[in-house]
Amino acid sequence: MVAAAMPDLQAAVDDFVIKLKRRQVEGSLATAKSTVLLLRQVVSHQRIPSSGPASSLIDAVKSVGSRLIAANSMELAVGNMVRRVLHIIREEEATIVAAQVGVTPVSDSDDDADVDGVPGLSAVALAAANRTALRAPSLHNLLESLPTSAGANVEPVPESDTKSRSSDKNSKSWKLKHGVIDAIGLLLGEIENYHSEISEQALEHIHQNEVILTLGRSRSLLHFFREAKKKRSFQVFVAEGAPRYQGHKFAKELAAMELQTTVITDSAVFALISRVNMVIVGAHAVMANGGIVAPVGMHMVALAARRHAVPFVVLTGLHKLCPLYPHNPSVVLNELKSPSQVLDFGEMSDCLDGTDGSPVHVVNPMFDYVPPELISLFITDSGGHNPSYVYRLVAEIYSPEDH
Amino acid sequence: MESGGGARRGRMVIDPKVRQVGFVTPGEQDGPAGVSSSSAQVNAPDSPAPVMIPPAPRVAVPAAADHSPPKPAAPVPIPPRSPPLPPRNFDAEDEMPLGSYNPGGEGVLAGSPNSSYGKASSEKAEIGDLSPTMVAELNSSMMEMSLERSKYELPVPEKENESTADVISERVEVPAINNNEGPENDARQRKLKDRTSKAERRALQESQRAAKEAARASAAVAKAKPPPQKKDGSNEKKGVDKKPVDKSGEKDKKKEVVVPEKDKRKDAPAPRLQFDDEQKVAKARRRAIVEQTTETKHRVELFRHLPQFVPPTQLQALEEKYLQNDTMHIHPAVYQVGLKYLTWDIVGGNARCVAMLEAFKEMIRDYTTPPQKVMSRDLTAKINSHVSFLSTCRPLSISMGNAIRSFKLKIGKLRDTLTEAEAKSSLVSHLETFAQEKIILADKEIVKHAVTKIIDGDVVLTHGFSCVVEMVLSHAHSIGKKFRVVVVDSRPRLEGRILLRSLLAQGLKCTYTHINAVTYIMQEVTKVFLGAASILANGTVYSRVGTAAAAMVAHGYRVPVMICCETYKFHERVQLDSICSNELGDPDALVGVAGRKEFRELVGWDESEHLRLLNLTYDATPADYVSMIITEHGMVPPTSVPVILREYRKEPIL
Repeated sequence: MVAAAMPDLQAAVDDFVIKLKRRQVEGSLATAKSTVLLLRQVVSHQRIPSSGPASSLIDAVKSVGSRLIAANSMELAVGNMVRRVLHIIREEEATIVAAQVGVTPVSDSDDDADVDGVPGLSAVALAAANRTALRAPSLHNLLESLPTSAGANVEPVPESDTKSRSSDKNSKSWKLKHGVIDAIGLLLGEIENYHSEISEQALEHIHQNEVILTLGRSRSLLHFFREAKKKRSFQVFVAEGAPRYQGHKFAKELAAMELQTTVITDSAVFALISRVNMVIVGAHAVMANGGIVAPVGMHMVALAARRHAVPFVVLTGLHKLCPLYPHNPSVVLNELKSPSQVLDFGEMSDCLDGTDGSPVHVVNPMFDYVPPELISLFITDSGGHNPSYVYRLVAEIYSPEDH
Repeated sequence: MESGGGARRGRMVIDPKVRQVGFVTPGEQDGPAGVSSSSAQVNAPDSPAPVMIPPAPRVAVPAAADHSPPKPAAPVPIPPRSPPLPPRNFDAEDEMPLGSYNPGGEGVLAGSPNSSYGKASSEKAEIGDLSPTMVAELNSSMMEMSLERSKYELPVPEKENESTADVISERVEVPAINNNEGPENDARQRKLKDRTSKAERRALQESQRAAKEAARASAAVAKAKPPPQKKDGSNEKKGVDKKPVDKSGEKDKKKEVVVPEKDKRKDAPAPRLQFDDEQKVAKARRRAIVEQTTETKHRVELFRHLPQFVPPTQLQALEEKYLQNDTMHIHPAVYQVGLKYLTWDIVGGNARCVAMLEAFKEMIRDYTTPPQKVMSRDLTAKINSHVSFLSTCRPLSISMGNAIRSFKLKIGKLRDTLTEAEAKSSLVSHLETFAQEKIILADKEIVKHAVTKIIDGDVVLTHGFSCVVEMVLSHAHSIGKKFRVVVVDSRPRLEGRILLRSLLAQGLKCTYTHINAVTYIMQEVTKVFLGAASILANGTVYSRVGTAAAAMVAHGYRVPVMICCETYKFHERVQLDSICSNELGDPDALVGVAGRKEFRELVGWDESEHLRLLNLTYDATPADYVSMIITEHGMVPPTSVPVILREYRKEPIL
């Protein structure tokens, strides 16, 4: 059965890779969701050998993941999701290893209970785990058990709710697979519902008569405003966001929910920012240093906001959190789109003599990198965070091996 | 000097009040403060003097009493008197700079489009109507008015003036009360007499002081003399008549007093009409020959103080109004230009200004003074109505405002001795010189300066389409500099394409992008050249929207920002943000995206109760983003703008 399914899987992966390459799937939410779905398929179809079941799973996910990441390096959410899944597998395995030696390290209790309650036991478990799987179950155990294990094996605290699902079946590999698939299902739910988690915080941030400026369109922002609109009345300036002009659509959506909305040109952002109380925007990705990759023009908005000391707030789901540090972000973390979005092909043809190639060079970047010092606050599905705290979130949800 | 001291001494009486009054307008304090404190120091030794002064009014009282008898009789001559008044003013303006030329003065005659001017004039007119009885009062109140107004202006401090100015505002009420009482019936008058006389005394005191400024020079002049002088109606005459023993030195003295006052007045950045002030808008509308556009339904609340956009669809309505209205003939040349403004066929500060000057030239050539009218006055009225027409088509640019101001000044200064032909030719030549010197030659100078800033290997960024910047770039290219140009464009006008086209045609290497990508492209840029619609006295650059963003990003990347601007576009006004003063463009321009049909979301936006489109035309770039302003007088930092305003504006006007 598995063997029969393999060609299907292969086709699905190829299909998704092509879609990514052709930019048919775009946007962090869409790509993240498809990636997770695909990886769940990969996991469920993977035949797991009885020895070293986890490593084979990891290898399979990694090989698919690297193809996906290579397909469109700017959809950072794809990479994030691959790493999340890898992290889930590692955690799952550690749980099982721990269970084998009779310890349930962090199963349903929270981390504190674990640290306080069973230090001795976990040390034993660690020793056992090291002998068999060469994996450290958790950071706490590792710290308490002296550095017998290698530093490379450090793993963050597992998420508490992912492993209680393992059923009482005894087959180790089956248990692993089942646990992983369950956890991936949870991850999927998290991605799908992050809007509502973020928008729950809306009332804490938006007050009566607030004037808010935003650029382009963001789905989470729409939910955020909808939630705030239930209790407060405020007005929104929407910059169009050339060259995609999603601001138009966004403004229409906002006006449809009876929010006082004004569309402005991107160039008027500076002119109006002095009357704005808060800038709230969505992001494409959040880097580990707290900077964001956002639709082009955001840097300008952030600079203007800084000039007038207007808070610059970024709404983001945890799936956009990327463990990479940006280096030369405006070039590496960017993508140049078709010039025709900016200047029609042939519009300048009358004045080009064509003797020395093309003297006109039309630049149409898709993203802007906004450095963390221009950002006041992140509002994520796990609450509000400072840009300086982002690295800690990264450490919590990813395994360091996968960075 | 003595006389100055004396005059001030007189004022010192109310010095504490001066402080209070001054407090109300803290902004104005800076300039005068220094001077007044210094004058205070000068006065310090004289401090007993204030004590001496109170007797003066007493002495004056009899004089006032002499006047009061004619007062009841006065209501009769009201109509005849009010007309003669303005002429006097004009005389004053022609011969003596005292009553400095103020466009507002002429506003009385014609429905002035500019409400602020109109307002000022209407005040004057009202005063003329109300207080015909006591010319002295009128004088003083006029003086007060003018001085009060001068308070709003940039302080070109002259001690006497500004101390009077300070004093004045709290005094203004007094004559006003008096005026109201004047026409009242005799029965009450007895009762009122005490009060009136007090007021009179004050008025007298006031004018006395004014007189003393001059009189002190010839210390011999008796205190009793000022009252008769007051009768003479015009400030200027007062100055001259006062001294039967006329001394040339005294005249100079008077001039000293007078010139700065004039400067102050002419520099007046008159308060702009706020379109959310219903009363004033209504007033302006009544005065305007053309009815301003009715309020748009979908206006942005934040910008209700600005004139709302006039869609060119109203063109027909405009036409009807103008063609049917016999009282105000708009000259066809001006009409044509106005329509081109309306349809945005002529855009850009220089182009609009030149077009207007050309049209005015045509108008002057065709002008003949109607019978029984004075050319300078009639012409000013005509210009006013034409300007009002132009501003209906599209709000005036600052460049045009400055050109109009200088032109009106020229008209006001025409000598009566000139024949009409001479006067006309002198006006035409003024218009020609203005266009030549202030715009064309200035641009050439700017290009000369700016080209030195471009070196081989530079990447020059510019935003939108500024004709001066275009000249700079093409000249630099023509003299063989090797550089690349980045043209940043912004919606909805996309005027950068015009620049791109012209530069490409010359064979320059260009990069084109939109304003959002300016941070991306800025990393490779070495210099930023921008144009400006105006540069304000605090160094703020008022320019096409997006300039501020480009300058801000350049500043962030430590790229020098150079603004190319002719000095005739400089303005005394100050501004901190882009909201207080701006121009609203056509909101419908935002609906579609040029060359991309897929964006249809905003079609039918005006059906939505909650959706507004805002198309700003200008923004204000803070001075600290600007590294240098390139003018025809050289390259200056933004802090030097007020210096240029002061130093270089003077000569053509004096």
